Amino acid sequence: MKNDRPEVLTNVKQSLARKPAAARVEMPEYDLADLTCESRMLFSSLRQSFYKNFQAVNGLVIDTAAELIMFLKKQGGYSGYCDPKLHETIGNRLKEESGFTISKKFERNRADEYAFGITQATGAIAESGSLILNDYDTSDRLAALAPWIHIAVLKESQIHRTISDAIAAMGDCPNTVWVTGPSKTADIEGILVEGVHGPGIQVAFLVDED
Amino acid sequence: MSSKPQPVDLFAQQLPLETRQSVMSSGASRTAGRKAVLENDFSDPDALRRLAGQIKQHTLDHLDQYLEQAEASLQKAGAAVYYAADAKAARRRIRLILEEREIHRVVKAKSMATEEIHLNSYLEEHGIECVETDLGEFIVQLDGDTPSHIVQPIIHKNRRQVASAFESHGLGEFNDDPEVITQRARAHLRTKYFKSGAGITGANFVSAESGRLVLVTNEGNARFSLAPNSVHIALVGIEKVVPRDQDLAVFLNLLARSATGQQLTVYTQFINGPKASSQPSGPREMHVIFLDNGRGDILDSNCREILRCIRCGACQNVCPVYRQASGHAYRATYGGPVGAVLSPLLSGSNFVDLADLPKASSLCGACREVCPVDIPIPDMLLKLRNRAHLLGLKTRHVPSMEPFVKLATKPALWKMAMILGKAIDLLPLKMQKLPGIQEWLKLRTLPSWKGGEFRRWMKKHQRRKGKGKRV
Repeated sequence: MKNDRPEVLTNVKQSLARKPAAARVEMPEYDLADLTCESRMLFSSLRQSFYKNFQAVNGLVIDTAAELIMFLKKQGGYSGYCDPKLHETIGNRLKEESGFTISKKFERNRADEYAFGITQATGAIAESGSLILNDYDTSDRLAALAPWIHIAVLKESQIHRTISDAIAAMGDCPNTVWVTGPSKTADIEGILVEGVHGPGIQVAFLVDED
Repeated sequence: MSSKPQPVDLFAQQLPLETRQSVMSSGASRTAGRKAVLENDFSDPDALRRLAGQIKQHTLDHLDQYLEQAEASLQKAGAAVYYAADAKAARRRIRLILEEREIHRVVKAKSMATEEIHLNSYLEEHGIECVETDLGEFIVQLDGDTPSHIVQPIIHKNRRQVASAFESHGLGEFNDDPEVITQRARAHLRTKYFKSGAGITGANFVSAESGRLVLVTNEGNARFSLAPNSVHIALVGIEKVVPRDQDLAVFLNLLARSATGQQLTVYTQFINGPKASSQPSGPREMHVIFLDNGRGDILDSNCREILRCIRCGACQNVCPVYRQASGHAYRATYGGPVGAVLSPLLSGSNFVDLADLPKASSLCGACREVCPVDIPIPDMLLKLRNRAHLLGLKTRHVPSMEPFVKLATKPALWKMAMILGKAIDLLPLKMQKLPGIQEWLKLRTLPSWKGGEFRRWMKKHQRRKGKGKRV
């Protein structure tokens, strides 16, 4: 099958050629700082701003392993996935101390059996309350998406101030996703329902620096 | 006045009251939400809209360069890039990619471009199952319906209709609780995600600098359409390009706020190639198809600014005509003010069939005020009305302006009409037998007469000034 590249580009070029060069709009210069939403950054630290904004989109912040264990127990699912790189610090603790069944590999045919998935976050955005996950740091995209609860493990030093900062830091990773709260819809009569295709509960688990 | 109403009017008249109320209240609340979040978050939201409009217009004015740059960036990142001149070429390209890989099942994340080329029915005809994964689009597909709004595809349906659709397709007993419906869709679509061979998406933006496609959803369906699949096909209108990654911040700051009143949608994906080699889940192949389908010609028209559109739906939500008529009244993929411009332009030789759409507007200008890329939509509605006029098109059922022209060009007649106008207030209009007037009044109320005072005021005014010269 032929590629329509020449036709499409020629058509575009001819269309543009008929517009006088003087009538073409120059690229405007602008200051990225003007895009920042300062009213959402009024808290004492990036960590606090991220907390506030992430909670505003119904994200759940957890600060300690004990709190995480208590939360997961309350949710009732005892089987979950944990990134092998986090097994020593988190997965194993859940297993040894509290009797959770922890998988280090995400099996697709058992996707519905994982109550939770624990993966590393690439970062976060304070301004928007978003978690950043990319292909380099996420051990398995599905583990961060299919279970009802996703726990993104984050360090304070990974929190970017603004959306623009986060874009500038994307690097060469071919796949990045910002997660701003749990999966949701308002398609039916505008009524909010959480947990459509992705997690119904989105957790940011803040851990200490190495 | 013609005895038959315009098609958009006719559709509005026949719209069930409940549908109209739902479209109207959703439009009103989304419009309010948009305003609140923009004013809360930015000291000068209009400056941001103008900036976004300039960036997009600059890109369009140099589209050949930016398209080639985006293409090169994507290829460098390992994606295959194709161009499709029209809907037919785009459909065939997608089918070819799937058939070469013997893929018979695909999942699709919400994409207006795939709606525009009627991809679903085409793939079905060729034995390929294509399942919509956005909840609203999935329901539209179950019903054999089409979306009536760019962002809220099933705003024209109520929960009972949705529950009936689920019931009749074997997705559980009748239950109209949105929570239950959503969980059933979640379970059903899981089986589709894991049993398909490819995920099809559109793109909200493409950065020429990096080739990054930006995809936004709230449900996570675009992410899930890709994660378990080995092939990603993205159909992207050529107008989606923006120059640099940093410019994405401008548009992301406006898109969700304008569409739903959110700061950002839940999932914002940036994709410029197959998955990283260390990543177990995700496509090993990425195919990007740049779609022209009339856009290149629009670039050569006096309505080229419409190509700035980022499909937020804010102009639909705010439009008094859309609120009365709903999106299906526009008989095309894109409804509302943007649709009234874009649909006739995209229809090419079928312009005549949709040439009445630009007349479905009171030119109140609200659409321009909310547009995140500052598109002068009312100006374009006028230009398209003029185009229809120059083509000598007699658009269907559009009232003739001839009587008004006669009146307005004969001062004596005008004066008479101004005097007689006052009598309208005294007439019981509901009893009037003038042709068309009852049709017209079904959806409108006539404001009380306010004309005819100017001449008297002018006469007095000039006398007071002592000039005494009569007009």
